[in-house]
Amino acid sequence: MNQPKLNLSPKVSDEIRKTTCYMCACRCGIDVHINHTAEGDKVAYIEGNRAHPVNRGVLCAKGSAGIMQHNAPSRLRAPLKRTGPRGSGEFEEISWEEAFRIAEGWLRPIRASDPSKLAFFTGRDQSQSFTSWWAQAFGTPNYAAHGGFCSVNMAAGGIYTIGGAFWEFGQPDWDRTRLFILFGVAEDHDSNPLKMGIGKLKKRGAKVVGVNPVRSGYNAVADEWYGITPGTDGLLILSLVHCLLKAGKIDLEYLRDYTDAPVLIDADPDSATHGLALLDDDGHKLVWCRDEQRARCFDAETVNPDLAGTWERDGIVHRTVFQHMVDKYLDPAYAPEAIADRVGISAGRIHALAAEIARTAFEEAIELDIPWTDFRGRRHATMKGRPVSFHAMRGISAHANGFQTCRALHMLQILIGSVETPGGFRFKPPYPKAATAHPKPHRNHQPNAPLDGPHLGFVHGPEDLALRPDGSPARIDKAFTWENPMSAHGLMHMVISNAHAGDPYRIDTLFLYMANMAWNSSMNTRGTMEMLSDTDENGDYVIPHIIYADTYSSETVAYADLVLPDTTYLERHDCISLLDRPISEAEAAADAIRWPVVETDRDVRAFQTAMIQLGARLGLPGMVKDDGTAKFADFADYMVNHERRPGVGPLMGWRGNGEGGESHGRGAPNPAQLDRYIENGGFCLAHVPEEGQFMKPWNKAYQDWAVEIGLFDKPSPYIFTLWCEPLRRFQLAAEGVGDLQPPDHLRDRIRTTMDPLPIWWDPSEGQDGAGEYDVHALTQRPMAMYHSWGTQNAWLRQIHGRNPMYLPTEIWEAEGFADGDWARIASPHGEITVPVAHMPALNHRTIWTWNAIGKRKGAWALHDNAPETDKGFLLNHLIHELLPPKKDGMRWSNSDPITGQAAWFDLKVRVEKTAPPPDLASRPGLAPQVSPVGQGPDQLRWEVK
Amino acid sequence: MTALPERTDRKLGLVIDLDTCVGCHACVIACKGWNTQHYGAPLSDQDAYGDASGTFLNRIHSYQVEPEHGASQTIHFPKSCLHCEDAPCVTVCPTGASYKRAEDGIVLVNEDACMGCGLCAWACPYGAREVDMAAGIMKKCTLCVDRIYNENLPEADRQPACVRTCPSGARHFGDLGDPDSDVSRLVAERGGVDLMPEQNTKPVNQYLPPRPKDRLQAPEMTGDEDILAPWLAPVAEEPQGFLKWLDGALERL
Amino acid sequence: MHPAPSVIIFSTLSGAGFGLLIFLGLGLPAVEGRVAFVFYLIAFGLTVIGLLSSVFHLKNRKNAWRSYSQWRSSWLSREAWAAVLSLVVMGLYAAGQVFFGLTLAPLGWLGAALSLFTVYTTSMIYTQLRAVPRWNQWATPVLFLVASLAGGALLSGNATAAILLLALLGIVVLWHWWKGDRRFGEVGSTLETATRLEGRVKLWEKPHTGENYLTREMVYQIGRRHAVKLRVIAMGLMVVLPLLVLLVLGAHHVSAAVAVLSYLAGMAVQRWLFFAEAEHVVGLYYGAHGNMTANASERTPA
Repeated sequence: MNQPKLNLSPKVSDEIRKTTCYMCACRCGIDVHINHTAEGDKVAYIEGNRAHPVNRGVLCAKGSAGIMQHNAPSRLRAPLKRTGPRGSGEFEEISWEEAFRIAEGWLRPIRASDPSKLAFFTGRDQSQSFTSWWAQAFGTPNYAAHGGFCSVNMAAGGIYTIGGAFWEFGQPDWDRTRLFILFGVAEDHDSNPLKMGIGKLKKRGAKVVGVNPVRSGYNAVADEWYGITPGTDGLLILSLVHCLLKAGKIDLEYLRDYTDAPVLIDADPDSATHGLALLDDDGHKLVWCRDEQRARCFDAETVNPDLAGTWERDGIVHRTVFQHMVDKYLDPAYAPEAIADRVGISAGRIHALAAEIARTAFEEAIELDIPWTDFRGRRHATMKGRPVSFHAMRGISAHANGFQTCRALHMLQILIGSVETPGGFRFKPPYPKAATAHPKPHRNHQPNAPLDGPHLGFVHGPEDLALRPDGSPARIDKAFTWENPMSAHGLMHMVISNAHAGDPYRIDTLFLYMANMAWNSSMNTRGTMEMLSDTDENGDYVIPHIIYADTYSSETVAYADLVLPDTTYLERHDCISLLDRPISEAEAAADAIRWPVVETDRDVRAFQTAMIQLGARLGLPGMVKDDGTAKFADFADYMVNHERRPGVGPLMGWRGNGEGGESHGRGAPNPAQLDRYIENGGFCLAHVPEEGQFMKPWNKAYQDWAVEIGLFDKPSPYIFTLWCEPLRRFQLAAEGVGDLQPPDHLRDRIRTTMDPLPIWWDPSEGQDGAGEYDVHALTQRPMAMYHSWGTQNAWLRQIHGRNPMYLPTEIWEAEGFADGDWARIASPHGEITVPVAHMPALNHRTIWTWNAIGKRKGAWALHDNAPETDKGFLLNHLIHELLPPKKDGMRWSNSDPITGQAAWFDLKVRVEKTAPPPDLASRPGLAPQVSPVGQGPDQLRWEVK
Repeated sequence: MTALPERTDRKLGLVIDLDTCVGCHACVIACKGWNTQHYGAPLSDQDAYGDASGTFLNRIHSYQVEPEHGASQTIHFPKSCLHCEDAPCVTVCPTGASYKRAEDGIVLVNEDACMGCGLCAWACPYGAREVDMAAGIMKKCTLCVDRIYNENLPEADRQPACVRTCPSGARHFGDLGDPDSDVSRLVAERGGVDLMPEQNTKPVNQYLPPRPKDRLQAPEMTGDEDILAPWLAPVAEEPQGFLKWLDGALERL
Repeated sequence: MHPAPSVIIFSTLSGAGFGLLIFLGLGLPAVEGRVAFVFYLIAFGLTVIGLLSSVFHLKNRKNAWRSYSQWRSSWLSREAWAAVLSLVVMGLYAAGQVFFGLTLAPLGWLGAALSLFTVYTTSMIYTQLRAVPRWNQWATPVLFLVASLAGGALLSGNATAAILLLALLGIVVLWHWWKGDRRFGEVGSTLETATRLEGRVKLWEKPHTGENYLTREMVYQIGRRHAVKLRVIAMGLMVVLPLLVLLVLGAHHVSAAVAVLSYLAGMAVQRWLFFAEAEHVVGLYYGAHGNMTANASERTPA
């Protein structure tokens, strides 16, 4: 034998720099291997950081391909000023000084006259606490990130019900759960933790159930697949609730002690507070005490609440929340037999799932020997748990009934006592946090002054709406109006069409960050492009100025008048903050930073730094010192030295610079803070004490700890709200009670949809053209691509360079499709002609495709033969931001009537076989744009010596 | 020398759990990244921003499976070199570039000796070898031979890049020649299988088949006794009965 | 398998060239001087062009010399040795005949044997591949040897031998097609054995949406009707037309030239089909050859 001698210990790299990934909302820790070369430090390899709480060393395809994203040819190189017409892609590169001068020239007069003429909307923004602070300082009420077209239903439904949500804000108790049920999740927030968690369950042999029209990804490994009809998840959940309630398989102790199930509700239809909770003089909710046979405050130490019943007080009948639930959900209309056809799952399978939930929750109940004290002051020897956990995301969220569906799911969790108990669903700090502990929306603006408070928040009744004195919407996106009162994340998907229509008013400057609104992030893509480039009778653009900031040459860049080029994620500072959307674990609060692990080689600036500099030029409060000079040099300076409340800033770690030394949580700004983060691998962890690990909303130890590290200023325990009073207050108004009244055309809708208990209705009713469009159409995000966030990465685009429409066997056979065929897919709004493929593991009336694979020619530095530009396609062309006209001619927005969440997944279509187009390119094809960055190289041989 | 070793001291390889792989392609890209920067010629991509086609040493296929009973399934199927005991790719090599290491059974290509004839790729039934079009030489999975013994890496990281990065833990690395190793035990417990046994290549890598799915069936569908039924027995037939039950239950708490 | 022009040219031309060398080495005909020069020019021309063409198939030619190292285990290495040895031996033999009028018969026999062995080694490169069931049958070496001898007979003007060998070639080629259409089923590789999944398995998504080295090189698929047409053309040009020409027009320069050209053209088509029709089992992973086991018996044209 004569084997070559191998060097088995070659050098791996010159240095590892630890920072945070940027490919999705996971924000994993990464080890960036750097080589020192003659041309400077170069990124050689990226892998997961083993010490990091989010990913424990693992990393997804997107993260591992970061080197291709960092070096992408589509990176913008310098500020751009438009030279051709909007949409053409013709620009000239300009200096930052000129760019700032242009922006200032537009923004300064706006701020001096009417700050609401600026609409500042950020897309996949990971620094919302900063961008909202900037917008507040500017004084415009028109700010939001992209939550409104993403998953606001999930967040709002969760926060209004349990004071937290799935997203990345909570997680199943992966180590103890025995039954994990996943609703409507493809590749979403918290994807690596989900994969790791599913892996843990598989290792332990725990059961994974997937409820999803499509059996791919996580559903492919699910032990049980429920191939549900889109939009009917709420109905399935309420049927499970029906079964469990009927069988008494509910956690009465949990309902009694930790929820509003025993809270007394005014049940007198003639009362002005009908449907609202009975309160004592201090505003505490009252329950009926079984021991003392009188109404008492819910949080009294010795109270023994009754769960069901009817009591009269001061001549008014009151019934408990639970009594209302019994009356509602024991109705045989929710029996599996009654709903099976509608949800597309047999009654037997529904029974079996309900029984499995009951069996696991009550036969496999667990108890941890951790003594704890609850908010009533009672000491408990153990923590009891029901090892059934749930997770849900966009699939149930992006329907017009999504808010109620999300609430229904949380109600189901509550009924079996599996929220914040061992084996169930656990919050991650800063959650739990009741809706009432969040700010309310603010909209009052005046020239040359900051807004009166944070833009976004949680409304609790009509008085919290963002309306002008005349009742018209205060915000350009009509968030927090009667049309969608609880739109906690704003409605980014309505901004462009409202601004174009001048409804509710005209704006001057549209400022977008990292949101591909002229392509895959809009419904009605073509219409959006037309609105962005539409001119009035004088030939002026209807939306006068557009500023866009992004790292890459997306389709939307072409529609901007001024482009501010951002850095890549390896060239910048960022903070993943507890003020925003941190990376906490159930057992610890955690935040993290990004820092420039390599220097930029282009004339670009980190977006936040550019905003700080622009803010200083505009003299925005908080961004300038008393003498008018800039307060912060850049975003890193802000991260360290900005304080939201005294002692509480963007980063919790290593605060304090005085004698007391450094500590996590509260403390003065520490000039060495970023160094400490870098030394620690880019993140900071603050562990929840063991006694506070579960039962957090009611757990004294947790609440005290939360105050200590600055999450709250005082302990803020609360009970879960099965009965959503804010909904009831809007309903009450729609019934004619109160001074603030909805417009008449919305009364009926508010009355029927804003039920204080979770309900279900068919969200796609009225979208099916009287039965003509009878097939559901969906998109899913592939695990190896994150729509346009990550540019067309050379490695990842080989995995998903084109997309077919997947058809179920029923449609495949009925239409006589064969491999290689094409179909015309039509909706009430438009049609596309696309290649099809067969997928048996699919709901029988649902078709779907991968999200955002299609790209426009000229964008992303792609070559003309890139398959994305002709083989790939978008489903967006079939979806409109408005629903088809009602009988009265009114067109309602294609959104959840409660939160305004874009109802992407209510789409109904018709599928017809058609001849392949002669050029084998999908339709519609759109005219090419000029690439402001040229085209990428032909061949890649990426090796850093 | 392209004769196969008589025997190898160890049989290092991968065990891939098809019950756990969610098809995320993390392993594909971690492999691409590591092997672009390390071990031999970088993995190149042609027409990288057009109709791109590059060299990958690990790829994930996805299949639809229609079982005899029950719903159709989707299976994600990662595939790389199986480091066969009777590796046909090694014996066909005319230049001696391909070889199987006597100490651990890893099948490698000595890039300095490869002439890029492609015959070894033809000989492999699994599609584990790809000629890199820029370098003109055969590339294949090295089982990260430059990681697994690498003293410049912390002990925990001395495993293939694909295994280290796999978020769901569907990939396992170890000595399949040692019946007591973790991977061998896993294979025994879960009934691990060879791919294409009829090709007589004796693959070292093993695949753990998906566990039986969709067993939570209604009795009317399976004909079995409804063992779950007692869990849903109504506490009462009438609403009034439900409240009585509730009262009693609360009293007992 | 991808029908690469380089390998088709190589195996067609070198097969014919070595076939001619075999006949020349055996002294059929015994030639000297100018005539010998022309014959050897043709023979060496064909083999050398063929061999050079095969070198073009290599992606890293600078290491081609290393292919002489593994003659103990690799058929390709043996082919390299055999080709060089036969050319050297036949070169010496030819030099004797051309320049010195000297025929060293034993050297010729050795050269002929080496040439025959060279063709055999070429055939074994394909035959040994179990992953390509169509090639992996004993008829493959027979096919290569008979084809080479038939070409050699034609080129060397051995009309009777040519007629017999062409007829035999026709039979062998038919057998190779008939058997080849069944080999995939006989080897037994299916998508189910490839994945070991239980149930009916179908490709849903390829690993990458575009093509890759494997799909370009090994997942070549050719329409059945197209294949049948080409089989008819191949048989017509390679066997039927040369036979007709020889039998009807008799053996003279013009008819021989027509027969040779027709044979070479037919051979090229046959070799194109030899690759294009060869199904590599890796294609199963890419959703190809799903019909190979189910419809094997239907695939051979009548």
